[in-house]
Amino acid sequence: MTVLSPEPVQGAPTSELVLSMRGIDKNFGAVQALTAIDLDIYSGEVVALVGDNGAGKSTLIKILAGVHPKDGGTITDGDKSVTINNPAESGALGIATVYQDLALCDNLDVVANLFLGHELGRGTIDEVEMEKRSWELLRQLSARIPSVRIPVASLSGGQRQTVAIARSLIGDPRIVILDEPTAALGVAQTAEVLNLIERLRERGLAVVLISHNMADVQAVADRIVVLRLGRNNGEFKVADVTYEDIIAAITGASDNAVTRRAQARVGSPEAADDAVPPPDVAPPEEARP
Amino acid sequence: MTTPTSPPQSSPPEPAAPPTETVRLAAVAADLQDERLIQQHGIGGAVRAFGRRVRSGDIGSLPVVIGLIVIWVAFSLLNPNFLSSTNLVNLTLQCAAVGTISIGIVLVLLLGEIDLSVGSVSGLSAAILAVGFVNLGWPLPVALLASLLSGVVIGLLYGFLYTRFGVPSFVITLAGLLGFLGLQLWVLGSTGSINIPFDSWIVQFAQQWFLPDWLSYVLVILTALAYAAQLFVTANRRAAAGLSAVPATSIVVRSVFLLLVLAVPTWYLNQTRGVGATFVLFLVLVVVMNFFLTRTRWGRSVYAVGGNVEAARRSGINVTKVYLTVFVLCSTFAALGGILAAGRLAAANQGSGGGDTNLNAIAAAVIGGASLFGGRGSAFSALLGILVIQSISSGLTLLNLDSSIRYMITGAVLLLAVIVDSLSRRTRASHGRA
Repeated sequence: MTVLSPEPVQGAPTSELVLSMRGIDKNFGAVQALTAIDLDIYSGEVVALVGDNGAGKSTLIKILAGVHPKDGGTITDGDKSVTINNPAESGALGIATVYQDLALCDNLDVVANLFLGHELGRGTIDEVEMEKRSWELLRQLSARIPSVRIPVASLSGGQRQTVAIARSLIGDPRIVILDEPTAALGVAQTAEVLNLIERLRERGLAVVLISHNMADVQAVADRIVVLRLGRNNGEFKVADVTYEDIIAAITGASDNAVTRRAQARVGSPEAADDAVPPPDVAPPEEARP
Repeated sequence: MTTPTSPPQSSPPEPAAPPTETVRLAAVAADLQDERLIQQHGIGGAVRAFGRRVRSGDIGSLPVVIGLIVIWVAFSLLNPNFLSSTNLVNLTLQCAAVGTISIGIVLVLLLGEIDLSVGSVSGLSAAILAVGFVNLGWPLPVALLASLLSGVVIGLLYGFLYTRFGVPSFVITLAGLLGFLGLQLWVLGSTGSINIPFDSWIVQFAQQWFLPDWLSYVLVILTALAYAAQLFVTANRRAAAGLSAVPATSIVVRSVFLLLVLAVPTWYLNQTRGVGATFVLFLVLVVVMNFFLTRTRWGRSVYAVGGNVEAARRSGINVTKVYLTVFVLCSTFAALGGILAAGRLAAANQGSGGGDTNLNAIAAAVIGGASLFGGRGSAFSALLGILVIQSISSGLTLLNLDSSIRYMITGAVLLLAVIVDSLSRRTRASHGRA
């Protein structure tokens, strides 16, 4: 197994369709969690999956990760239809998922965590080769980790996130799915992780990013796919979309809690007047089951 | 491999760094380039690094080594016979059986589980050996194999119950403690005690076999040479891979230290009867288990499951297999310990594996530094722990103290060890070494 295949690095990696999901349905009992969702994933591109709580983002990536089987629709890899019934099949398709809780072993060092389940060496573990490749991998990602021989418990949140993302690259994946990678991070650490995501894109990987943080999404994503109540609710190129457009797509209305707050902050007398919401109006997105 | 052209967001040491920086980095091993690392040079640096590790709670086996020295000094002051060669030979022989059981306990503790039934399992194994060999007239190897197999089967049962139904190992093995004690009594039948012939080789092995002096020294030298060779090969490979390597002087110092640690006690034991075969077997088992734990994928997955079972599962480790193998190994080590104990006693009776066997084995593992919280410990925990336990036992016996006192003191030492474990865990957490 190679840690990282030597990538042909040119100015702009060619972007081609890696995986395509069409008409994906998923229900949990009486709840229709996903209805006819379409999602295309391209190499060398960061696609952000956004939506409110309960919009179905996590369900969709869990279908890709092999945690939940889909109930309807097709997934095509190139020109052949594929099924993803368990995490192993997801891995075989070249999909690596970094979960929100990172799933690192605190008692093991960075090298052991990076190669966990994929240790190098015949019979015995080849620690030297693993440490060497760990450094190569971390250097390529410009990761700032002082030592790979310390338990991951002693790393900061951003460093732990870096280790988790670096680990997803060990299997040489084509698609990396990141679930809320910046949720628990400080300002500087968030910037580190965003840099890391850009480097994944430069390496020609397809990145699927789930985030609630619109600033992060606008900073790093190329394309934004909005889900609302389990359905597609818009797809935007980051270059030609405004913050307000995304929020409107997420909440399903141009007049929503976010815009009202924004108007109230402007401070002009007439804006302040109609910014005070009537007490009986609930935010529109609360209608989910 | 090439590095993609990345936006210049990184601070030094990166390609953008001034040339002097680059030159400095080229001379530094790949794993020592981060400027935040505290650099260590020479023996003084190694000592300072050790001091820093201890202060941050990564104490390893330091408390137990200090404890052992304190215990030995105290008992030798109270009774000069304690450190006599004769007594130390006895001490090593007493260590072998319970120490072997304790290796298995270390394994289950690494998973964050526990096996409370090792005493009963060792008693059952002794009963099967005695009944099969003496009463039923089986050949000795067959009886031994049957004893060991009983351990394998019990371990499989525990592993199955744990992985299939998710019953806590505490409860499963508590049931096993009672159940297999009953089975042991049933196997022994009405006589209750069966003597194993003194001239059978299992009794000879456990009681009478000692390494010839020359062989013990040859083994000591070979061990030290193997250790040095392994360090040397690793250092060369690391240097070739551009990583920091242990300097040759340090390899020599460490190997000579190991040689002395092994040779001096060997010489002292050889003043009387020498190094017992069962103790050598125990040491070999410890070293072999240490190899499997630290150098194989199986060992790595044991630590991973003990550290974070969900992370282990997601990275593709067969968690069920890890639990099964560890429970099987633990029960099999318990069975082997029972065989050694029966051989040393030249009998199996209703008290085999009873009394303090169970708790001594568990206490030894914990005192030796295997954490009750899982994921921390080593095969050597069993060796260090059992030396402490048996030293206390032997010293108190020499002082003609009652077993009541012995139980209380052993209990207090166990409590102390668990407190040290919890404290060092807390210190590690606050120093980020968890």
